[in-house]
Amino acid sequence: MTTVDGRHKLDREAERLAYKPPEIRHDKQGDMPNEERINKAMHHFVKNFNTQTASYLDGCLHCGMCADACHFHVRTDDPRYTPIWKIELFKRTYKRQVGPFAFFYRLLGLKRQVTIDDLEEWQHLLYDSCTVCGRCSLVCPMGIDIAGLVSMARHGMFKAGLIPHELHEVAKRAAETGSPLGITADKFEDRIEWMADEHDVEIPVDLEEADVLAVMSSIEIQKYPQSIAATAQILNAAGEKWTFRLDGFEATNFGMLSGNPEWQKNATMKLINAAIKVGAKLLVLPECGHAYMAMRWMGANMYGKPLPFKVMHISEYLSDALDKGKIKVRKVDTSVTYHDPCQVSRRGGATKAARNVLKHLGVDFREMEYGGDYNWCCGGGGGVVTITRADPLRRRVFKLKMDQVEKTEAKELLSSCANCRQSFDDSQEYFNWDYKMGSLMEMVAENLEEDGS
Amino acid sequence: MDLLEFARGPALQWAAYILVAGTIWRLVGILLLKEKPDFSEPRARGGLGAALKVIYTRSFTATPFKKATLYPKMLAYVQHLGLFAVVLLFVPHIVFFEGFLGFGWPGLPNNAIYLLGVAMVVASIALLVRRLTSPVLKLISNFDDYFSWFVSVLPIVTGLIIPLRLGLRYETLLAIHILSVALLMIWLPFGKLGHAFLVFVTRGTTGMVFERRGAKT
Repeated sequence: MTTVDGRHKLDREAERLAYKPPEIRHDKQGDMPNEERINKAMHHFVKNFNTQTASYLDGCLHCGMCADACHFHVRTDDPRYTPIWKIELFKRTYKRQVGPFAFFYRLLGLKRQVTIDDLEEWQHLLYDSCTVCGRCSLVCPMGIDIAGLVSMARHGMFKAGLIPHELHEVAKRAAETGSPLGITADKFEDRIEWMADEHDVEIPVDLEEADVLAVMSSIEIQKYPQSIAATAQILNAAGEKWTFRLDGFEATNFGMLSGNPEWQKNATMKLINAAIKVGAKLLVLPECGHAYMAMRWMGANMYGKPLPFKVMHISEYLSDALDKGKIKVRKVDTSVTYHDPCQVSRRGGATKAARNVLKHLGVDFREMEYGGDYNWCCGGGGGVVTITRADPLRRRVFKLKMDQVEKTEAKELLSSCANCRQSFDDSQEYFNWDYKMGSLMEMVAENLEEDGS
Repeated sequence: MDLLEFARGPALQWAAYILVAGTIWRLVGILLLKEKPDFSEPRARGGLGAALKVIYTRSFTATPFKKATLYPKMLAYVQHLGLFAVVLLFVPHIVFFEGFLGFGWPGLPNNAIYLLGVAMVVASIALLVRRLTSPVLKLISNFDDYFSWFVSVLPIVTGLIIPLRLGLRYETLLAIHILSVALLMIWLPFGKLGHAFLVFVTRGTTGMVFERRGAKT
């Protein structure tokens, strides 16, 4: 006998994953003439040009192989989702205005000038249908980092006021309040007190001096607050002199995702200043993929010099602490598969850390087919999960992830990114999927041995 | 001056000047752009070693992509290896190079070269058909793609025709062949055929950036 859960409509006839192209909606910010928007878009795209980006834009063979690596193209067969096509306008502008033969291109009219209609159309391609996951960069026979170019193109789109409304709102809120979800210092403090009581764990806040500064993602604070307790349990067990700081706790960086370098820098500098203030030797980043990219690989460049402290993703910290015996964990009798956050693994280089942690946990680890560095993205990275008009497309590409996970037949699914977790939770609910995303860090915290230190 | 003298003389000479000058201009235009220092703490060594590694490794397709890219990759290999063999291992070409380099090297038998030349042309036609029929390639292709295809296949075709004569004088066919090579040399630095030298820059920079992070390259 079976009963139907009334929350989910039972419709056996419907095409489960039918794809409807998103409604055309061209969002605009600010009030400026179209000509100004075009000029700003192109100026801010070429502003930070260097040999790397110029060679990428000049070197494309138009082989189209990147399409086979992109989840958006693979799941829809829409040629517009070919990664290199997503930066076509900017490639055109580079050749027309900056490239070595720009004079001839202009003289002979070989490259058409970009129009406002073009830019509006590309808003969907640069934001809704690219998670900046970088899988396309691994297939390109020329080695072009297309994802990096998309990020640069977003700089132009942001300055032109041509980004999706939802992402702009979230990024603006982060710039104004310090958190994309509006988590103020007071709210964070409340959550810390709640978690300290609930989990009976000591959580140091605003210490004047500490060796380790821990930071969180608003998504964790808001949706997965147990992460706060888990972080504290682990750092306490490791015997670290650590602290949270209310003047620098938000690790997400929606300035980076939306394409505003000023907001990106402000968010980064808050954490850097907090770490310097307490004399931290180590900044531990939370389970968040893009936070890792923003601080580990871009933080020092925002600062303008090498950082006076080390930066680690929590999975790297766990791996290191377990190897050194700073913490010990009980063996866990279950089978696990792991979803790699793109910015931590493929683009960040920390792929091995999570696997080492799982090895210490003694689980039956089941790698996904083409997991690790070639992992399919959850579909929600790069700010896509915030864009509600992109939901149908995001859920459609999530089918690739579902297949990848299901093939492992693992009992548990873990990751180390709250943004991925949010994306998984949304699609899990939408599809009524059997798997529920869990946290690597929380599994470690739940299985800490008392004599770890 | 007859056509062959023109082709062998000024045409080839000027094509060589344009090839060299155009290549230098394009490379300098890219390499002289400002480069910001990377202050992040490296996880691994980047540098020249990382660049050379990726210049080599990116010649091969990573396993997850092999199935999807097998067909165009195989065609591209035939096209590139065929072109390489025909240009550098055909005995009359070696004799030509020996004329100004002062040294030569062993070549392949003529029949093997003809076979490779035909294979190269067939692979190029298959790639063109793919470009004309694939929705992705149709969308992203432009004049450069088609013209570059034309100028790279033309010298092979004109070379293959020489022994067939087709009722024309040998000298005329040879002149046409040399002129088609000159066209290829003139176009190479300006269009996508520039990947012949840009490939070292793009793969190399990706190698340096991502190997430094310890990330997958």
